[in-house]
Amino acid sequence: MSKMNMGVFAIAATILTFSMPLFAHHGSSVFDTSKAITLKGSVTEWDWSNPHCLIQFDVKSEDGQSIHWIAETQNPAEMVSLGWGKTSFKPGDEVTVSLWAAKNGKPFGRVTLITLPGGKTFITVKEGLTPKGVGVSTGDTKSDNSPKQ
Amino acid sequence: MTNRALLLLIALAAMPGYSSLALAQNASPRQSGAAKAIAAPAPFHDISGTWEPANGPGDGIQPYGVSAMPNDGKPEHQLPYTPYGLETYKSHKALIGPNEVHPTSYNDPRDSCEPLGFPRANFYNFKETQILQNENKVAVLYEYGQAWRVIWTDGRELPKLVDGGVLIGNEVREPRFYGYSVGKWVDDTTLVVQTVGTMPEDRVWLDGTGRPISDQLRVGERFHRVDHDRMELTVTIDDPKMYSKPWLAMNKFPLRLQDPHFDVVEMYCSPSEMEKYNTLFGTPAGATSSRGPAK
Repeated sequence: MSKMNMGVFAIAATILTFSMPLFAHHGSSVFDTSKAITLKGSVTEWDWSNPHCLIQFDVKSEDGQSIHWIAETQNPAEMVSLGWGKTSFKPGDEVTVSLWAAKNGKPFGRVTLITLPGGKTFITVKEGLTPKGVGVSTGDTKSDNSPKQ
Repeated sequence: MTNRALLLLIALAAMPGYSSLALAQNASPRQSGAAKAIAAPAPFHDISGTWEPANGPGDGIQPYGVSAMPNDGKPEHQLPYTPYGLETYKSHKALIGPNEVHPTSYNDPRDSCEPLGFPRANFYNFKETQILQNENKVAVLYEYGQAWRVIWTDGRELPKLVDGGVLIGNEVREPRFYGYSVGKWVDDTTLVVQTVGTMPEDRVWLDGTGRPISDQLRVGERFHRVDHDRMELTVTIDDPKMYSKPWLAMNKFPLRLQDPHFDVVEMYCSPSEMEKYNTLFGTPAGATSSRGPAK
């Protein structure tokens, strides 16, 4: 985790004790789900695609080096229900990303939360929208993909 | 129809139903928090609409496989495998479940963008499901893979399982990913469906944890519309090649009626997107050392 230590601005933002996987596609054995780390970086690409969306961002370490991170979310169909979209992020956006890091020490992870500078927050867990036991309820759980007026 | 299939059909038909009028007194699960509305009675012989899991779409993801028997390592959820069924299960390298493998070594046909097939379509990302029907058939439109199947309700007999497929009239027809389904209304609000003629074990899995099914599979489904806004789905698996006895995969799985204007998001397995995902993320994130991808 030495690389990670160089790049993080805050560590252990959230202690997560989920017993169920967050994602339908695959399990979480490759990630350290005992804690989430928080990184601040600049978005280089937001890939809105299956089987999981990917956000790529550069994190500057204290010694000025840049570390390129890639983190996954769920698939677009689930992310729509959680309020995410294809245009949620664009290159250059400064983001704060909480994620479960890969156990192998590489700069990969699974997103638990992303916040934009204005305070807009994107969550990956919502009771009813994600499998039971993976998080806290934050309100109504009904999907709403109806065309907006 | 074999005695085994007939017994299964009778068992499904005899499962205790609810009085739609009595249940109409209960609140609709769609109304959360606010005053509970009284749902109208279920319409006659009609299960059409867009349906989602009553406890939220997440309930339909079923990450550990079938909702009534999740593959979570608990002894009570162990399936009655035949020796061949267990051998087949062990040959499956699933990305999720008690025997999950790293993202570098899976062999789930789903991740080669093969069709999920039936009944896996009921057991994976079963979130927003559209049902259309007329006097001859019921069409089920699944969200995952934009896949659909037809349940014939025009009185035809269930095709007979034979070597290499099913027998329809004098013609042997090929196995299908979504099988051959025939439904019968057993009361005003309950459609009982039998399906045979699905793909063999080298083409499809039962669920994402690698549980097997074969081309000898018979699936029983019971769509019971409780009231206007609610439906329950029960699914039984009968596959003598893989399991020593029939078992319940979904037990009155609750569904709620979605808004008729609900726009279902497409959810495809795209080979090019899958390749990009594996190259950019799946392989390096799943590598067992920090020096490179796992061998």
